[in-house]
Amino acid sequence: MTETTVSGAGASQPSTAPGMRARRVFAQAKFETAAVLRNGEQLLLALILPLGLLVFLTTTPLLDALGAIPAGGDRLSIALPGTLGLCLASTAFTGQAIATAFDRRYGVLAQLATTPLGTTGLILGKLGAVIGVVVIQYALAFGIAAVLGYRGGLDVLALIITTILGTAALLALGLLMAGTLRAEATLGAANLVWVLMAGAGGLVLPATGEWGTIVGCLPSGALGDAMRASLAGTWDVTALIVLLVWSLVGALAARRWFRFE
Amino acid sequence: MAQSALLIRGLRYSYGAHHVVDGIDLDARVGTVLGVLGPNGAGKSTTIALAVGSKRPDAGTVEIFGRDPYRRHEETAQLAGVMLQDGGLPMSAKPLAVLRHLAALYPDPRPLDELVEPLGIREFANRSIRRLSGGQRQRVALAAALIGRPRIVFLDEPSAGLDPQAREVVHEVIGDLAASGVSVVLTTHDLAEAEKLAEDIVVVDRGRIIARGAPAELRGASAAGRRLVITVPDAPDPSTDAGRELTTALTAVAPASVQGTLIVAAGNLDSARIAALCTVIAEAGLTIGDISMQSQSLADVFFELTGRPLR
Repeated sequence: MTETTVSGAGASQPSTAPGMRARRVFAQAKFETAAVLRNGEQLLLALILPLGLLVFLTTTPLLDALGAIPAGGDRLSIALPGTLGLCLASTAFTGQAIATAFDRRYGVLAQLATTPLGTTGLILGKLGAVIGVVVIQYALAFGIAAVLGYRGGLDVLALIITTILGTAALLALGLLMAGTLRAEATLGAANLVWVLMAGAGGLVLPATGEWGTIVGCLPSGALGDAMRASLAGTWDVTALIVLLVWSLVGALAARRWFRFE
Repeated sequence: MAQSALLIRGLRYSYGAHHVVDGIDLDARVGTVLGVLGPNGAGKSTTIALAVGSKRPDAGTVEIFGRDPYRRHEETAQLAGVMLQDGGLPMSAKPLAVLRHLAALYPDPRPLDELVEPLGIREFANRSIRRLSGGQRQRVALAAALIGRPRIVFLDEPSAGLDPQAREVVHEVIGDLAASGVSVVLTTHDLAEAEKLAEDIVVVDRGRIIARGAPAELRGASAAGRRLVITVPDAPDPSTDAGRELTTALTAVAPASVQGTLIVAAGNLDSARIAALCTVIAEAGLTIGDISMQSQSLADVFFELTGRPLR
């Protein structure tokens, strides 16, 4: 260690070109996507569990026994939208909440906030990473569904709008949790909420009666309803409005209470 | 007149009713090292967070090369490199991947080799951050602060937890940076580090600056300045009768005290008084092992200013 010369002051003037901004956000999205794909627990949550559920619900008579299949529908008409909704819950909510909470604990958020990326770029980068992972999840889910006999009939625009609003609502709430609770508390709560959303929250199985009314006002139930509608080739406008409201509430709350350190 | 790399005036910041930063002025000149000294909780890290625009000041102004780092963060972030106290590195990633990613956030990043080799990162470049020692993480964090070719670098306790060899490397890097025209703002509670590296020092306590100047000025500004230290291997315990007798006889000559095997007299003593102190010791039947005049250390200065030790 004789040559330790680290020299040369940066002489260039700082640049605020929009192209540079987009490049930084893209770099952050790429880095975070790679982090998810590298992490075993994140992969389990994002790919193995939702896709395993798709295969399980489609190849076993469970849905028939529960009487969950609507008239004229097949198992995939419940299993596929449930899987897509669960993909969003894994990636936009639980996965991001846990990753962000630990990044916050280790000062990674504070450090990135000091770079030209800034806090806005950091949030946009996370959004980009979620979109990147969701595209991979959807491709695999539709691929497996096709193998299992999926015949199409979805409304693509409705699916895209549902995905955008569902992602926005879940990501805002996930970041709110990560930015306010301790990392361990976020780890526990984000996993618990995932199980509740999947099990009883109307995300995978449509909820009925009074319970259906209640969960229809929650992000999980609204996302499940909107997903099932779009896969059936229709729009559930009420559910989409519920998701929009949760997105706005979550984003405003996160803006107000999120702490970077 | 040379432009300031960092100019802070009247900076204030509170957490609720607790004034963490309570009216701080700072100047970091281009190409110099500014040492910010103070005990834990003095407000050093909050001052850095405010200086780099991570927090919005309650009052006062901050300028990095003439730009407000809170309002014009995208610009100042390209001029300022920051090494935070807890490293700020993602645990599951590997050093090279992190540095490569950070490089992509700057318009004109330094080539990785310029940092990886001198900082000795190569040897653990392919281990995940989680599995690195504290000192190894510190070196990666330092590289992260320098990757964007900053013109001013904020280093928050950069050598905390480092072994002496790694500390030496960090010190050399800091010296090289300043020599090449980069300003360095260094917080530390290691006085030797501040004395060795910094041209200017500010001492912060409870959110205020209680002293500032070059290291030599700070020592000189202290009331006592220098002190006489006489080593007496068989000095009596000050709580015994013999000890009290000795102390009384010594203080009749000069403000002196018995500290273990040392007899310490503060102030610039003339030869006559030094001789008189030696006579007192000899008449008490004690042996003198060593006599020396010592400069006060910054630790002494800090103790004198605050009445508390620096840790």
